[in-house]
Amino acid sequence: MENLIALLIGAPLLGAAVLLLGGRRLDKSGHWLGTLLAAVSFVIGLVLFADMLGKSADDRALHQTLYTWIPVEGFQADMAFQLDQLSMTFVLLITGVGTLIHVYSIGYMEHDERRRRFFGYLNLFVAAMLLLVLADNYLLLYFGWEGVGLASYLLIGFWQHKPSAATAAKKAFIVNRVGDMGLSIAIMIMFTTFGTFTFGPVLAATGEASEGKLTAIGLMLLLAACGKSAQVPLQSWLGDAMEGPTPVSALIHAATMVTAGVYLIVRSADIFNAAPDAQLVVTVVGAVTLLFGAIVGCAKDDIKKALAGSTMSQIGYMILAAGLGPIGYVFAIMHLVTHGFFKAGLFLGAGSVMHGMNDEVDMRRYGGLRKYMPVTFITFGLGYLAIIGFPGLSGFFSKDKIIEAAFAKGGTEGWILGTVTLIGAAITAYYMTRVMLMTFFGEKRWQDDENGRPPHPHESPRSMVIPMVLLAVGSVAAGALFEFSGFVEWLEPVTGFAHGHSPISAAAVTTATIAVMVLGVGLAYVQYGRRPVPVVAPRGSLLTRAARRDLLQDDFNHAVFVTGGTHLTRSLVYVDHSLVDGVVNGTAAAVGGLSGRLRKLQNGYARTYAVSMFGGTAVLIAATLLMRAV
Amino acid sequence: MSSMAVHSLWTTAAEPLDKIPAPHIEYTQLSPVLIVLGAALVSVLVEAFVPRKARYHSQVFLSVLALVAAFAAIVGLAAGGYGSTKAHIAAMGAIAVDGPALFLQGTILLASLVAVFTFAERRLDPADHGHKVDSFAAEAAAVPGSEQERAAVKAGFTTTEVFPLALFAISGMLVFPAANDLLTLFVALEVFSLPLYLLCAVARRKRLMSQEAAVKYFLLGAFSSAFLLFGIALLYGYAGSVSYATIARVVDGSIGAVDPALADTMGNDALLLIGFAMVLMGLLFKIGAVPFHMWTPDVYQGAPTPVTGFMAAATKVAAFGALLRLLYVVLPGLTWDWRPVMWGVAIVTMLGGAIVAITQTDIKRLLAYSSIAHAGFLLAGVIAATPSGISSVLFYLGAYSFVTIGAFAVVTLVRDAGGEATHLSKWAGLGRRSPLVAAVFAVFLLAFAGIPLTSGFSGKFAVFKAAADGGAGALVVVGVISSAIAAFFYIRVIVLMFFSEPKADGPTVAVPSPLTSITITAGVAVTLVLGLAPQYFLDLATQASTFVR
Repeated sequence: MENLIALLIGAPLLGAAVLLLGGRRLDKSGHWLGTLLAAVSFVIGLVLFADMLGKSADDRALHQTLYTWIPVEGFQADMAFQLDQLSMTFVLLITGVGTLIHVYSIGYMEHDERRRRFFGYLNLFVAAMLLLVLADNYLLLYFGWEGVGLASYLLIGFWQHKPSAATAAKKAFIVNRVGDMGLSIAIMIMFTTFGTFTFGPVLAATGEASEGKLTAIGLMLLLAACGKSAQVPLQSWLGDAMEGPTPVSALIHAATMVTAGVYLIVRSADIFNAAPDAQLVVTVVGAVTLLFGAIVGCAKDDIKKALAGSTMSQIGYMILAAGLGPIGYVFAIMHLVTHGFFKAGLFLGAGSVMHGMNDEVDMRRYGGLRKYMPVTFITFGLGYLAIIGFPGLSGFFSKDKIIEAAFAKGGTEGWILGTVTLIGAAITAYYMTRVMLMTFFGEKRWQDDENGRPPHPHESPRSMVIPMVLLAVGSVAAGALFEFSGFVEWLEPVTGFAHGHSPISAAAVTTATIAVMVLGVGLAYVQYGRRPVPVVAPRGSLLTRAARRDLLQDDFNHAVFVTGGTHLTRSLVYVDHSLVDGVVNGTAAAVGGLSGRLRKLQNGYARTYAVSMFGGTAVLIAATLLMRAV
Repeated sequence: MSSMAVHSLWTTAAEPLDKIPAPHIEYTQLSPVLIVLGAALVSVLVEAFVPRKARYHSQVFLSVLALVAAFAAIVGLAAGGYGSTKAHIAAMGAIAVDGPALFLQGTILLASLVAVFTFAERRLDPADHGHKVDSFAAEAAAVPGSEQERAAVKAGFTTTEVFPLALFAISGMLVFPAANDLLTLFVALEVFSLPLYLLCAVARRKRLMSQEAAVKYFLLGAFSSAFLLFGIALLYGYAGSVSYATIARVVDGSIGAVDPALADTMGNDALLLIGFAMVLMGLLFKIGAVPFHMWTPDVYQGAPTPVTGFMAAATKVAAFGALLRLLYVVLPGLTWDWRPVMWGVAIVTMLGGAIVAITQTDIKRLLAYSSIAHAGFLLAGVIAATPSGISSVLFYLGAYSFVTIGAFAVVTLVRDAGGEATHLSKWAGLGRRSPLVAAVFAVFLLAFAGIPLTSGFSGKFAVFKAAADGGAGALVVVGVISSAIAAFFYIRVIVLMFFSEPKADGPTVAVPSPLTSITITAGVAVTLVLGLAPQYFLDLATQASTFVR
C-alpha cells in the first residue's frame, strides 16, 4: 500500500510534465489526459482510504521513503511521505474537488487556445499540493509549499495578456514571499533546535525545547500561514487573485491551496500546544481576518471578489479554530473540508453565471437569473445555504462547532472570540444573501458588453453542470456525514482532541447562531430584496467605501512598504553612488594610476632590466642576511 | 687557501685515470629524459639527411612519437611505484626519481605535446608562393627584409629546426625539476634555455621584434645564469659538495666533517645565505618573479606565439619544480631564513603582475603580466612549506599550463593582414563575429581569473588554502586582492569581445587545422575537468608530493 503514495503524486506530476513538454500535438487531447490523471490520483486516494479504514485507529499512518533527498551529513532530508488521517482527508479533498474542477474546466476553457497549458498547470498544482500534505518532513513540505505558490502564480496570471492579471499574479507572488520567508525561518530555527526536519522527531521533541524558541517557530509558521491562507496582514493578494480563470479561483483560491496555512498549523499542533503565546496570536489573526474578510465581502460588487472576501473570512474561522488548540483542530479541518465543497461550488456557480453573461462580473448588472439558469441557481443556492449555516447543511455543523469551541476557550478570551465568531456568522449571512439576491432575484439589470453584444444567459454545458451538482451534494451532505460518522474520532489520533467546557450550553450557542443568521439574511433582504438594486453603486458610507478598497489594505501597504521601500532604496542608491562608488572608483583610479607609472619602468632597454635584476638580487641577499641577523 | 689544501687538490686530480669508476646509470628510470634527448639527436640527423620535402612530416611525427613515448615511460615508472615507494636518486646522485619529479615531467610532456601541435600548425596564413607556411621564418639566419629572405620564402624553406630545438629544450626541462645536485641543475637550465633563446628569434612575422626579444632574453638569461653559477660556487664553498643531500645535511648540522681543502669556508653561514640568495635569483628569473620579471613581457610579445605558449607553460613548470626541490630538499633547515624573503617576493610578484597588467593594450603582453601574477600565486603555495603546499603547487602548474597554451593558441587564430592581431582594440566585438573562438577564450580568461567551475579556481583555492594552513594568511589576503585586480583585466577582455561593436576593419579568425584545434580542445577540456571534478587530480598531486632526499 505504501508504494501507492508516490503514485498519488506521480500521476498528476506526469500529467504536468507531458502537457507542458508535449507541445502542440497534445492541444486536442491534453485536457482529457490531465483530467484522467487527476481522476487516477483520486481513485488511488480512495483505495488508500478504504485500506486505511480497515485498520485500527492507531495503526493507520503509512510511510514511504523514496530516496534521500539531501544527503549531507548532519543535514538530512528524505523524499519521504507520510499518509495519516489528516493527510488522507486532504488527499481526498484535493483529488476529489480537483478532479471535478478539471472536468468543469473542460467546458469552461473550451474556447481558450492555451487550454493544454492550463491543464498542465492544474496538474502541476495538484501534484504540488499533494506533496505539501504528504511530505513527512518540513523541508519537503516547503518544497510543495513553493510548488503550489508557483502553480498559483502561473494560473492567476494565466491570461497574461491582461495587465491586471499579470499584476495580480506578481502581487500574489510577492506577498507570498513574505510568508514563505516565515516558513523558511521557522524551518531553520527548527533545524538548529531539533537537528532534524522530520515531523515525527520534531513534534515528539517539543518538550525539550524552550518555550521562547517554540513561540518563535510558532509565530514564523503563522506568518507562513498568513501568506498562503490570505490572513491579515498578508491577505491583500487574494482579492486580486480573482483575475485568474474561475476554476482556478475555485480550486486553488477557495478549496485547497489557501487552506494550506490551516494544515500547517494543525500539523504543527504540538509546537503550538507548547507555545500558548503563539496560539493566542493565531486566534487573534483568525478573529481579525474573519471580520475583515466578511466586511470586505459585504461591499464588493464583483461576484468573485465578494466570494474571495468570504473565503478569507471562512479561513479566518479555521485559523481561529486551529489557534484554540486541541478543542479546535478537528473542527478547523472539518470546516476546511465542508468549506472546500461549498466554496468551490459557489465559485463554479459564479463561473457558470459569468459564462452565460459575457464574462460580466459586476453583480449590479445581473439580476433575475434564476429563471435562465435553473441548475446553477439551485446548486449555488445550496452552496449559499451551506455557507450561511442553514440548519442541516454542511456549514451549519462545522461553523457551529467552531463557535462553540471559541466560547469554550474560557475566560474573557472565550467570550470575545465567541462573540466575534457570532458577529462573523451574521455578516456571512448578510453578504451571501446580498450576492444571492443581486444575482438571481430582482429585475434584470443586464447591460451589453464592450462589443455591444447583449447577454444571453443560458445554462452551461454538461461538463460544467455535473461538477456543480456533485459539489452541491457535498455542500448539503458533508456536514451531517462528518457529524454522525465520527470525524472527530477519525482525526483524533493525529491532532488530538479535548472537549471544551463552554460557559453556555451547546443548545444556546446553536440557537444564537441560527438567530444571527436569520438576522443577517433579514437585513440583506430588506436592503436588496425589497428595494431595487441601483446599477451604479451608491457612494455609501465611509465604511462601505473603505471596504470596497479592501479596507485600505493596499493603500496602507503602498504608503508604508512601497513608498517607504522606495525611499530606502533611493537613499541606499545615493550612498552607493556617492560613498561606495567613490571608494571603489577611487581605488580603481589609484590602481590604474599606479599601473601607468609602473608600466614606464618597462622601457624596453635590456640594461634597465639588468639593473632591476641586479638590484633585486642585492635586495634578496641583503634581506636574507638581515633575516639571519635579526 | 693554505698550501696544504692546494696540494691535496693537486694530488687528488693527479690520481691515475683508470681509477675513476664507470658511473652507474639506471637507464630505465631515466628513460623519459633519454627518449626525448635521443629523439632530439635523431631529429638533428633528420634535419641533416632527410630531403627538405619530407622533413616537416618526419619531424612532427618524431616529436609527437618521442613525447608520447616519454609520457608512457613516465606512466610506467609511476605505476611501478617510482613515484612513491621506490623513489630514489638515480645517476650517481644527480637525478631524483620521485613523485614530484614524475608528476612535473608528466605535466611538461603533456603540455609540450599540445604545444608542438601549435608549432606544426600550417593553415593559419595563406600559402606563400605555393608553399604552406607556419609561424616560423623561412630562413632564420637571413636578414629581415633582405633578398636572401625573399629567395628563401620563394624556395619554400621552412625552419623545421624548431622541432629538434624544442625537443632539446624539453629534455632540459625534464631534468630541471629532477636535478639533485647543483651542477645538474645548472646544466639542465642551460640545456633548456639555449634552445628557447633561439626559438624566440625565428618568428616569420615581425622578425625584428622577435630577434630583439631573443637578444634580450639571451642577455638577461646569461646574466641570471651567472648569478646562479656564482651562487652554486658559494654553496659549494659552504658545504664542500654540490649534492642536495649533502648540502642539506651540512645545513642542519648532521655532518660537520670538514674537507681539508675547504677548511676556511665550510660552515660559513654568509656563504650559505649569499649563495642561496643567488641560486634563488636564478630560479626566480626563470619563473618570472618580480623584480626579475622584466624580460617576460618583451619576450612573450616578440617570440612566435606557439613558442610563447610553450615557454610560458613548460618553463614555469620546470622552474617551479626546481624551486620546490631547492627549498624543500636542500634548505628545509633554512626555512626561517627563506620564508620572509619569499614572502616579499611573492607579494610584489602578485601585486606587480596584476597592477601593471591593467594598462596593457597588447594581448600577449597582457598574458605575460598575467603569468607574472600567477607566478606570485604559485609562490604563495611554495611558501606554505607543507606537503599540501607541494601538492597544491603541482596541481596549479598542471592546470595553469593547459590554460596558458590554450590561450596562446587562440591568440594565433585572430589575424589580420599583418599576422596576428594582438592589439586589444582589434579584439572588440570578436564575440559577435566568432562566438565559438571568443567563448573558448573567455573560458581561458575565466580560468586565469580563478572563477569557479574552471581549473583556475580549483588551483587557486588549493594554493591559497595550503598557504593559509601553512601560516601565511596575510599572503592569502594579498593574493585575493591581487586576484580581484587581475579579474578586472580578464573580464575587461571578455566585455570587449562580447559587448563592444566589432570594428569594420577588424581581424578575421583563421580556421585552424586539427592540430591547433586539438590543442585548444585539450586546453578547454582540462580547464573544465579540473574545474568540475578536480578531486582525482588533487589526490594524484597529493600522492606525488613527497620528495626523495
